Amino acid sequence: MSLVRAENLSKTYRIGDIDVPAIKGVDFAIEPASFVCFVGPSGSGKSTLLNMIGCLDHPSGGSLKVLDTDIATLDRRAAARFRGENIGFVFQDFNLIPVLTAYENIEYPLIMVQEWPAEKRRKQVLRLLEAVGMADQADKRPDQISGGQKQRVAVARALVSNAKLVLADEPTANLDHDTAYRIIELMRKMRDEFGTTFVFSTHDAKIMGEAELTFVLEDGRIPDGAGKGESPHV
Amino acid sequence: MSNLLKIAARNLLRYRRRTLLTSLLIVIGMVAVLLFISVSGSFKNIMIGQFTDSILGHLEVHRKGYVAAIDALPLNLNMQPNATAKVEEALKQIKEVENWSPRLKFGAMFSTFVETTSIRINGIDPQREAATLPLLAGRISPKPKAGPLLGKGEILVPALLASGMKVKVGDTVVLVTTNRDGSVNGKTFIVRGIMEGLSGPGGRDGYVHIDDARELLRIRDAEVSEYVIRLKDMARLDAVSKELKQALGGLTDKEGRPLLEVHTWADLSPFANIARMIDVLTLFIKIMLVAIVLVSVMNVMIMAVYERIREIGTISAIGTSPGKILSLFLCEGLMLGVAGTLVGTVVSMILIYALNVWKISFIFGQQQTVVLSPSLALGQVAAVAGTVIAVAAIASLQPAWKASRMDPITALRHV
Repeated sequence: MSLVRAENLSKTYRIGDIDVPAIKGVDFAIEPASFVCFVGPSGSGKSTLLNMIGCLDHPSGGSLKVLDTDIATLDRRAAARFRGENIGFVFQDFNLIPVLTAYENIEYPLIMVQEWPAEKRRKQVLRLLEAVGMADQADKRPDQISGGQKQRVAVARALVSNAKLVLADEPTANLDHDTAYRIIELMRKMRDEFGTTFVFSTHDAKIMGEAELTFVLEDGRIPDGAGKGESPHV
Repeated sequence: MSNLLKIAARNLLRYRRRTLLTSLLIVIGMVAVLLFISVSGSFKNIMIGQFTDSILGHLEVHRKGYVAAIDALPLNLNMQPNATAKVEEALKQIKEVENWSPRLKFGAMFSTFVETTSIRINGIDPQREAATLPLLAGRISPKPKAGPLLGKGEILVPALLASGMKVKVGDTVVLVTTNRDGSVNGKTFIVRGIMEGLSGPGGRDGYVHIDDARELLRIRDAEVSEYVIRLKDMARLDAVSKELKQALGGLTDKEGRPLLEVHTWADLSPFANIARMIDVLTLFIKIMLVAIVLVSVMNVMIMAVYERIREIGTISAIGTSPGKILSLFLCEGLMLGVAGTLVGTVVSMILIYALNVWKISFIFGQQQTVVLSPSLALGQVAAVAGTVIAVAAIASLQPAWKASRMDPITALRHV
């Protein structure tokens, strides 16, 4: 069973009186524990696609199932719950909460979303801090650490609630190349360690080469109809 | 919940200066309101005390129609012995009554043998009157030392009349009056003291012994114009008034209407309107406090939501429910209100304590040292604090609601 399956998926935005199609009938499948990349120029629909996979947006047509759930059927509250239970996010601008330390940022979903008991929470956060190599920076606030370190914390936050799928929209766009490469390496290592599916978008040619399966988006379509490469479990 | 509060507190501390300024506004508002309530309350209590403890008592009982015609001091509307017995019996039964004093009131001609003028006289039982009106002795000049306020054959002359007619303590004067039957009678009195004037009913009256009054009016029976009543606890005024009315309700005239009336001090004194005005002023000050808290907290929370749109998008994207986001911003507003309330209450208590230590006094008539003693009841503090906290919550509600309804994609794209 695919983790994500899209069939004839489309998304159209209405701007004023004009309909602007962002995704035009794409089909794809993402298998569990894969390391997948969507690439394409700016405006090709990468973010729109990730937003729909992340239950942040609804499709205009076709079908999109994530973990066998048709995301079109989720209302606002149910979508929030679904995201909290199954999906982690890594953002281009890291989006850490500035008043919380690295430890607290990672802990945040366990308190505000899943309400884990304190001791279980502490063990999980320490495990993730260790996994992303940030154990010695646990008490630092976002303004006290580098961009690469912030993104490590963000990856840990995405994984902390045992998400089955992590979506990363341009996670390396604000990082230098070496740091970007290390973040992609970290994400792959996390995939190996936790068995989590990672789906990221990028337009950096070197970074996209790190993905095991790449979907090229052009003007809201996947022209060759399939991904390049091979998902390990396909 | 504690984690929610912790995050809310950190968010508030993120903008220290803004949080401090808003809290300061709430503190200033709290202090202004609590000080006003305590000082105006103290002033009101002193003023009310001057009237109730030196002239009116807390309650008065009259024959029906007497108060309406009180300017004429109608002798035909005095309470007769059957009524006075009933009143005194009722007063003995009511536990909240501390003391009472009967008065026989009449109009007379006051003569110094050189000049003559009209005067209103209260015939009193000096011991009962002093026990019922503890501040009455303070209005007499020279202050009575030991013993009763006045003895038989003595008169207390109102200050305005004494100065106008150049009457001094120890002078002999004559009172001439007409009784109910129309016959005239007179009696000489020694001036025992000069009564300080006080605005309001009875504030410019003279006093003689009730036995002298009966002798002048040629009354043999225990006729009384009014009973002045002092309660143990003035807070029970309305309840006792009701109880007394019920107790006296059985006494009716020939037409079956109640023979007696019970009045509170507020029914008889124009100062009651001033006291009500002080209450209205207090209400307006409270409304201003509500406005200050509402505007300042709402302003801060609107700014907080606007500045943290991307952050709201992030926490929403990672699965925080709209309810939790609402709670987070509500907590921030509530914490502002609670912090301002706590500091405001503490500062107010310190200032009120200081006012009591400094003893701010003023002159009121012959009372040379009427000392303001501001105080606050726990209920008053709780009401103001509760209002501030509730208003802070209400002010946060709209921004918090807006934050909780924010579309995560739009919020994440916000620059």
